[in-house]
Amino acid sequence: MERHTTDSRVKGVSTGTTILAVKFRGGVLIGSDSRASIGGSYVASRVINKLIQVHDRIFCCIAGSLADAQAVTRAAKFQLSFHSVQMDSPPLVKAAASVLRELCYSNKEELQAGFITAGWDKKKGPQVYTVSLGGMLLSLPFTIGGSGSTYIYGYVDAKYKADMSREECLQFATNALALAMGRDNVSGGIIHLVVITEEGAEHIVIPGDKLPKFHDQ
Amino acid sequence: MAASVAVAGAQHLSSVSDLVPDWARQEVSTGTTIMAVEFDGGVVIGADSRTTTGAYIANRVTDKLTPIHDRIFCCRSGSAADTQAIADAVTYQLGFHSIELDEPPLVRTAANLFKEMCYRYREELMAGIIVAGWDKRRGGQVYTVPMGGMLVRQPVSVGGSGSSYVYGFVDSNYRSGMSKEECLRFVAEALTLAMERDGSSGGVARLAVITEEGLERRVILGNELPKSTI
Repeated sequence: MERHTTDSRVKGVSTGTTILAVKFRGGVLIGSDSRASIGGSYVASRVINKLIQVHDRIFCCIAGSLADAQAVTRAAKFQLSFHSVQMDSPPLVKAAASVLRELCYSNKEELQAGFITAGWDKKKGPQVYTVSLGGMLLSLPFTIGGSGSTYIYGYVDAKYKADMSREECLQFATNALALAMGRDNVSGGIIHLVVITEEGAEHIVIPGDKLPKFHDQ
Repeated sequence: MAASVAVAGAQHLSSVSDLVPDWARQEVSTGTTIMAVEFDGGVVIGADSRTTTGAYIANRVTDKLTPIHDRIFCCRSGSAADTQAIADAVTYQLGFHSIELDEPPLVRTAANLFKEMCYRYREELMAGIIVAGWDKRRGGQVYTVPMGGMLVRQPVSVGGSGSSYVYGFVDSNYRSGMSKEECLRFVAEALTLAMERDGSSGGVARLAVITEEGLERRVILGNELPKSTI
């Protein structure tokens, strides 16, 4: 049974948010806005980073209750590093996503957090996984999440193409996030992006005044 | 979606809810996607064609583009009953007004009539309406009267449940100064994207172009809709 929760019913600080992750040629890009709100009317923080590094080349971004998301990612980080030491090799992106899924599924009654996991590993290269509120795990070429994602389904459906270059992908993600931030009152601030490739992870920040503008601005 | 809810404690062998199917107890709604765009010389309006009662599609070829006068249309979203009743009332009032004036009515007048009704009866009604048309004074105009009864003129307006999904697309793709053909393509693409994501929107895409010359209606069938990349 599908549980529908809107961010306004999350108690405490919520990342009413827009998050996304997109595979491109040679890597993966994960991005988010930077607003944390309480009750949809108070901005608790306007510059939080929702992109959590769970391993060298694996990042995840969080949507829903900030407290739940932080607790789950801390547990996942620990389990992953332990697993990585046991296997004596960097963990697979799927392993990271599975750890999050296990935590979300087993505690589905108490938790209100969803995740997007993206990263690079030697076995399958760049990958994007989404773990929904109830604990479903899906592998996708790209995915969007959070309250602001509703407004950009049409945009990403129209604009996404497989096998984009790094620059095309950066432009696509920046535009999508800026459009969502423009329409969703609980998304906003600056744009955080992380580009993950075989070489490593690069963090890019796009400040508020450098966001792309659209026809009504 | 077959949802079953376990209510702790209450066990019934049978109840009223078993006697009629689920959808017969739901209100008929045009959960929908509607859109209107101004261009130099007229307006392009569009809508999907699905009317639902709960999970059942009561009408899959609905016409949600309703003529109010020769060059003024409205796009209806929300409760089918409410919007039909409001549109009928406004059509009567506007027709009467036009005869009194002995000239075609202004789009703004039609929009105001909708606003009066939607605002006065805001607690009872569930109606989101886009009014669009052409008149000699101001050319092509689009006015939106969302739920609650606000009235505002916008160069491009989307409404209905499916509109949430295409705000990003509309914001990024709209430019002022588009031609009639560009507007038609823009509306068709936006409707297609919304219909693909919104469960309450679907069927065919109905479009209409309103200019000084008159009215041109088009239908894009399901298999002829512009294809997206995924």
